Amino acid sequence: MGVATLWLSIIVLLPLAALAVTSMENGVAGFIDAVTQPAALATLRITVTVSAIVALINVVMGTIVAWVLVRDDFPGKRFVNATIDLPFALPTIVASIVLLALYGPNSPIGIHLNATPAGLVVALTFVTLPFVVRAVQPVLMEVDREVEQAAHSLGAGPWTTFRRVVLPALTPAMISGAGLAFARAIGEYGSVVLIGGNIPHETQVASQYIQQQIEIDRPVNAAAVSVVLLLISFLSLFVLRLWAGRTQRHEEQDA
Amino acid sequence: MTSTTQKRQKPSAGTLILRTIALVYLFVLLAVPIGLILYRTFANGIGPFIDSITTPAAISAFNLSLLLVAIAVPLNVVFGVITSLALVRGRFPGRKLLQAVVDLPFAVSPIVVGVALILLWGRDGWFGGLETLGIKVIYGIPGMALATIFVTLPFVVREVEPVLREIGNDQEQAAATLGANPWQTFWRITLPSIRWGLTYGIVLTVARALGEFGAVIMVSSGFPGVSQTLTLLVHARYIDDHNTYGAYAAATLLMGLAMLTLLLMTLLDRKRSHS
Amino acid sequence: MIDVTDARKYYGDFTALDDVSLSIPAGSLTALLGPSGSGKSTLLRSIAGLETLDAGRVVISGDDVTDVPPQKRGIGFVFQHYAAFKHMTVRDNVAFGLTIRKRPKNEINRKVDELLEIVGLGGLQKRYPAQLSGGQRQRMALARALAVDPQVLLLDEPFGALDAKVRADLRQWLRRLHDEVHVTTVLVTHDQEEALDVADQIAVLNKGRIEQIGAPEDLYERPVNDFVMSFLGSVAKIGPHLVRPHDLRLERALERWSPEERAEMEPSKATVGRVVRLGFEVRVDLLDEAGERLSAEITRRDDERLALKAGDVVYVRPVRALPPEEAFPALAM
Repeated sequence: MGVATLWLSIIVLLPLAALAVTSMENGVAGFIDAVTQPAALATLRITVTVSAIVALINVVMGTIVAWVLVRDDFPGKRFVNATIDLPFALPTIVASIVLLALYGPNSPIGIHLNATPAGLVVALTFVTLPFVVRAVQPVLMEVDREVEQAAHSLGAGPWTTFRRVVLPALTPAMISGAGLAFARAIGEYGSVVLIGGNIPHETQVASQYIQQQIEIDRPVNAAAVSVVLLLISFLSLFVLRLWAGRTQRHEEQDA
Repeated sequence: MTSTTQKRQKPSAGTLILRTIALVYLFVLLAVPIGLILYRTFANGIGPFIDSITTPAAISAFNLSLLLVAIAVPLNVVFGVITSLALVRGRFPGRKLLQAVVDLPFAVSPIVVGVALILLWGRDGWFGGLETLGIKVIYGIPGMALATIFVTLPFVVREVEPVLREIGNDQEQAAATLGANPWQTFWRITLPSIRWGLTYGIVLTVARALGEFGAVIMVSSGFPGVSQTLTLLVHARYIDDHNTYGAYAAATLLMGLAMLTLLLMTLLDRKRSHS
Repeated sequence: MIDVTDARKYYGDFTALDDVSLSIPAGSLTALLGPSGSGKSTLLRSIAGLETLDAGRVVISGDDVTDVPPQKRGIGFVFQHYAAFKHMTVRDNVAFGLTIRKRPKNEINRKVDELLEIVGLGGLQKRYPAQLSGGQRQRMALARALAVDPQVLLLDEPFGALDAKVRADLRQWLRRLHDEVHVTTVLVTHDQEEALDVADQIAVLNKGRIEQIGAPEDLYERPVNDFVMSFLGSVAKIGPHLVRPHDLRLERALERWSPEERAEMEPSKATVGRVVRLGFEVRVDLLDEAGERLSAEITRRDDERLALKAGDVVYVRPVRALPPEEAFPALAM
C-alpha cells in the first residue's frame, strides 16, 4: 500500500497539488480575477457549450450505433464493431489532421469547417465516439428479449416497446457514456488544435487558452482555468454518476 | 463480440433505416477522413511515404517515442500491479480514495497535466531546485516521460484489478498450503492468472504513450531531432514547416501503429474471454 | 493429531471463535458441523494457517504451528470452490506442491501418476480445469493436496458446490480413500447427513463454540442440548419436548397405552394433516391442540393397522422417556 500511495502521489497528486496551490497564489480574489477575465470566461463558455452539444450527439448517435451493432445483423458487422475503437486508438493529433484533410482548406468536398465551432464539434464527436457506444452495447446485450416479447404480446408496437421497456434499461449506460464523453471533450486538446483555429472568443477552447497563458508566462491564469476545468470535469462525472445510480436503483426496485 | 448465431431474418423497414443511419454516420465520421489521408499519403506511391518517414528528424522522433514507451511501460507495469494488489487485497483506510486517484488521470485534460508538471518540476516550480543541480526535467526527456506516465497510469490498474478481484485469492491460498512461499505464489499463480489482463493493459499503455500529444507538447522544447515525438512531428510539420504531405505521412505511420494496437486488442479480447 | 487450545478469533464486533479447544486423533476423519457463521470454517482455516488466531494455540503432530505460515505446516487443504490453478493442466496442478519442493522429475512423475489413478483422473491429465466437471475438479484438488504427503488433510465444504447425486458419490469415495490413505482428516460441512455418513467423530459448532463432540451415534442418540439435537437429524416438538419423529407413537385410542405409561406421560391429541408413504417409513404430519405442527415417522405396519387419513384425530406420545441421567431439562419427559 505504501509503495502504491507513494507512486500515485509523485506521479499524480503532487503535480495537481502544485497546480491547485499556484492557482491560489494571489489569493481567492486573484483566482476569481483570473477566471473571470473576458477571454477566460469566453473560452469556458465555448468549451462547455460545444462539449454539451457533443455529448448530446453521442447519446443519440451512439445509442443508434450500439443498437445496430447488437440487434442488427449484416455482413461486415464485426469489422464495423472493431472500427468503433479507432478514435481511442488513434492519436488525437492524427484525428485532427485527418479531419482537417476532409474539412480544412484543401477540402475535396468543398466543406470548410476549420476555425469554426462546427469544426470543434466534428473533431470532438470523432474522438468521443466510443464512449456511449461501448457503454450501451453490453447493457443492450443483457436486456432480456423476453421482456420485449412480453410487451409485444401485450399489444405494444416496436416504438412503444423501445420507449417504455428498452430505453429505461439503457438510460444509466447512456448517461454515464455521455458523462465520460463530456468530460473528455472538456479537456480535449490534440484533436482540436489544428482544426479549431484557436480564435479567442470564437473557437478557442479552454485547453488552448491554458496553453496560451503558459506561453505568455501567466502561470497563475493557466493554473486557475485548469482548476476550473478540472472542477467542471469532476462535477459532471459526479452528478452523472449519481443520476445514473439513482435510475439504476429505481430499475432494481421495480424488478 | 456480438452474437451472430441468430439466424438472419428479413430485416424490417425500421431496422434498415437504423442500419443506414448508423453506417452512414460511421462512414462520414470515420471512414471518409481516414480514407482521404491514406489516399493523399499514397497517391504518388509508397516511395514518397518511405522518404518522408525516414528523414533524420522522423527517425529521431520515432526513437524518442519508443524511448518514452520503454520508460513508461515497465514503470506502469510494476507499480500498476502493486497498486492493483493493494486495491484488491489490501485492507486499509482510504482504499476508495486510492481508487479515485488511480482514475484521476482520465479526468484530467492533457494540457492541464502539462501545466501541473511545469508548476511542480519547472524552473519556478516546487522542485525547481533540481534544475539548478543540472537536472532538466521540464523541456527535457524526464518531463516528457513524467507526462507519458501520468496519462497512461490508469490502464494497467484498470485491466488487472478486475481480474484479480474475479479470481479471488483461493488459488493463492491453495498454493500457500501446498508449500509455495509468497514470491513463488506470485510468479507461478498470480502473474499467470492476470497475464492477459496485464497484456491488454500494456497494449493500451503503449498505444496511449505513442499517441499522447497535449501533455507532451507542454513539457517538450520541441526541437526537431532532439525532443520531438512522432505526434509532435506531425504537428510541427503541419504548423511550422507547412509540410502538409510530411504531416500526412507521419500521421499515417501513427495510424498504422494504432491499427496494429486495435488488432492486438481484438485478438487479446478473445483470448481474455476464453481464459 | 491436531490440538487446538483456547482459540479465539474476532472480525470486528463479530466473534468467530469463542474459546474453542479441540483434539483430533491421528488417522481419524473428523467433521466440523454447524450452520453458516458458526465458526467451523474459521476453525479449519486457523488450523491451516490461512487465518491468524487472536488468541490460542494450534499444535499439529506435537509441533506448535501457531506462528508458522501455511506453506510450512505440512497440511493439505481442499477448498469449496476447488481453487484449481486455471492456467495449469490437471497434471501440473497435482504436481505443483512437489515442483515447489524441487523433487526429482521421476519421483514427481511417479507420484502424480499414482495419485491421478487413485482419484480416477488418469485419462484426463492433459486437460485444463475448465474442461472438467465439478466433481472431477474436486478430485483433482484432492489429489493435489495429497501429493505433498500432508500430515493432515483439511477440507472446507469440499462437496458444497456439487449437485446432490455427485455429492453423495464423492463422500462415499472420500470415506474409502480415507480408509486406504489413513491421513488425519478434518472436514467442514453444514450438511448433517454428510457428517453422519463419513465422519468417525463430529464436532458440532454454534456461534463460535463447540456444542458437543463425539462419535456420530453418540451425538444422534445422546445430544447434550436442543441445538445439537435439532441440528443432527430431524426433530418433532411435543409441548416443550424435542423428540425424534421415529420415537413417536400414534394411536386412535388412549387405551392402547398402559396405565403406567399414561401416568408417566399423558398422550396428547392431534389432527392428521397429510400422510406421506415413502417405502417402509410413513410420515404423518400432525397439528396438535395448541396449533403446532409436528411430524411423526411410523412404520408401514403401524400405518396399515391405524389406516390414517387426513382429518383423523389421533393420540401421540413419545415411545419412551429418556433415562434421567441422560436427560437435560428440555428433553426431560
